[in-house]
Amino acid sequence: MENNTSKGLGIHARRFIAYVVLIFITFLCLFWFWVLFVNATRSNSDLTRGFSPWFGDNLVANWTNLMAGTLPVFKGLINSLIISSLSAVLCTYFSSMTAYAIHAYDFKLKKFMFTFILMIMTIPTQVTALGFVQLVDTMKLDNSFIPLIVPAMAAPVTFFYMKQYMESTLPLAIVEAARIDGSGEFRTFNTIVLPMMKPAIAVQAIFTFVSSWNNYFTPALILTDEKKKTLPILIAQLRAADFLKFDMGQVYMMIAFSIFPVIIVYLLLSRFIVQGVALGSVKG
Amino acid sequence: MSSKKANNVVKYNKWGYIFLAPFVIVYVVFQLIPLVWTIWNSFFENYRSGLVQIGPTFIGLENYITLFTNGDLITYTQNTIIMWLLGFVPQIIVSLLLGAWFSDTRLRLKFSGFFKTVIYLPNLIMASAFSMLFFTLFSDGGPINSILVQMGVFEEAYSFLSHTGSARGLIALMNFLMWFGNTTILLMAGMMGIDTSLFEAAEVDGATSTEVFFQITLPLLKPILIYVMITSLIGGLQMFDVPQILTNGTGDPMRSTMTLIMYLNKHLFSKNYGMAGALSVLLFIITGALSLLVYKFSDNKES
Repeated sequence: MENNTSKGLGIHARRFIAYVVLIFITFLCLFWFWVLFVNATRSNSDLTRGFSPWFGDNLVANWTNLMAGTLPVFKGLINSLIISSLSAVLCTYFSSMTAYAIHAYDFKLKKFMFTFILMIMTIPTQVTALGFVQLVDTMKLDNSFIPLIVPAMAAPVTFFYMKQYMESTLPLAIVEAARIDGSGEFRTFNTIVLPMMKPAIAVQAIFTFVSSWNNYFTPALILTDEKKKTLPILIAQLRAADFLKFDMGQVYMMIAFSIFPVIIVYLLLSRFIVQGVALGSVKG
Repeated sequence: MSSKKANNVVKYNKWGYIFLAPFVIVYVVFQLIPLVWTIWNSFFENYRSGLVQIGPTFIGLENYITLFTNGDLITYTQNTIIMWLLGFVPQIIVSLLLGAWFSDTRLRLKFSGFFKTVIYLPNLIMASAFSMLFFTLFSDGGPINSILVQMGVFEEAYSFLSHTGSARGLIALMNFLMWFGNTTILLMAGMMGIDTSLFEAAEVDGATSTEVFFQITLPLLKPILIYVMITSLIGGLQMFDVPQILTNGTGDPMRSTMTLIMYLNKHLFSKNYGMAGALSVLLFIITGALSLLVYKFSDNKES
């Protein structure tokens, strides 16, 4: 088996090069997070003395200082959690529903709606931000989480993923059978279709949660009340503050605090997520 | 019997509209109305000068003329494109290479699951936190400078953020790190979709793996490559979090890292709604045109 692959560079040489490059890239991806983790455990005076690749013993102190400090970090975490979780739930539920409408029914505007949703898929939200802010002001919804959560119901990308998934896993015969058994359309969707969509819903829930968790542009325009701010806004505030008077141990702790929850969730579910990305791309 | 069935179908099909309603209502309220409002705003003079509110007064295309003639637009477009390219070119090269390795059945790489997990990781990281991290790591007294000085690369700390090249380079590096994993997975999925008999035939003909890559894989991957490029360009035009946090919104040094969306954000915060509107409309037209291209490509691939 090996002997017919020995033209050009030998397979062993190629494999060796591949591993070297992969290890270098792995280093390039993880190095920053390693330094972050290490530095979050060191005290300010320790940090100013220069870089050291191993842990300090100031982890707990940095944590307590951060929690006792002026930035409402814990409140920010709660706000981020609320907005991201509710967005994920609404987005996956209603995207499945929209996909089901296109997948299971025949109606006059079906083709038009499908084409329309595909075309708006890649238009960024920033270009309508101005009107969005004015709308939110008019509706007196500034400093409310509603304008950050409800728009997740209309998510073209999630819709498209759900539609693809339904095409491969949801035979209409099942829907037909449920009708004969006397199940209402709404009930069929909730009790038969949704459970079959679980894998797709899980993947998309993670993606929606993460993108909402990381979102900075829109929340920064809507949330100005100190008690309503999300983590990315607090990070920006940390950046805007006079840098030198800060305790660097706390600064690293704050960054770690925003980054590591996502990393942990990702490591637990990574197989699932990487497959999900590939699945979404095979749409052709 | 058949007419009854047809009747039933019609009866059921109204549910299509019912299930579609939430999406349409939310889209109209939170996207379409804001879009119309944005376009409307672009024809008005509406800003604050100190404590005095100017306008809103209708001024036709005046905002667009200002936008195109005051020179900022060109600078910021250039910045955005340069930083996008600096990140995108290495990204596409590395992604093609890794994709080819991961999908090569002869190479049989071990731990490929681990490597895929690692390269996708930065994509999920909060861009603003990642940028803040780079800001602290690359600051004058930060760990990178201390490592480089210890190693003797520099005699004294190098101010990465006061030099155009290194500031843009850092932003490009972050964009590269955040997106190459995603691109690799997309390209890999495309490569796995190529008919394996083509590779077998090439092998029988005695082609080297380099020849196979350039003469079979790459040409067949062209549609996906174009798709990746256009979507990446749309993403690049939205570049905001990373340079905004890294430079604290100033786009320093000398506005060389100021992107289009940072410019928009500036107008939004200073409540210069006329100019913000004109800039938004311009960005909408550009991204809309690019989106049409993407749509055309994914449509072609289906048939």
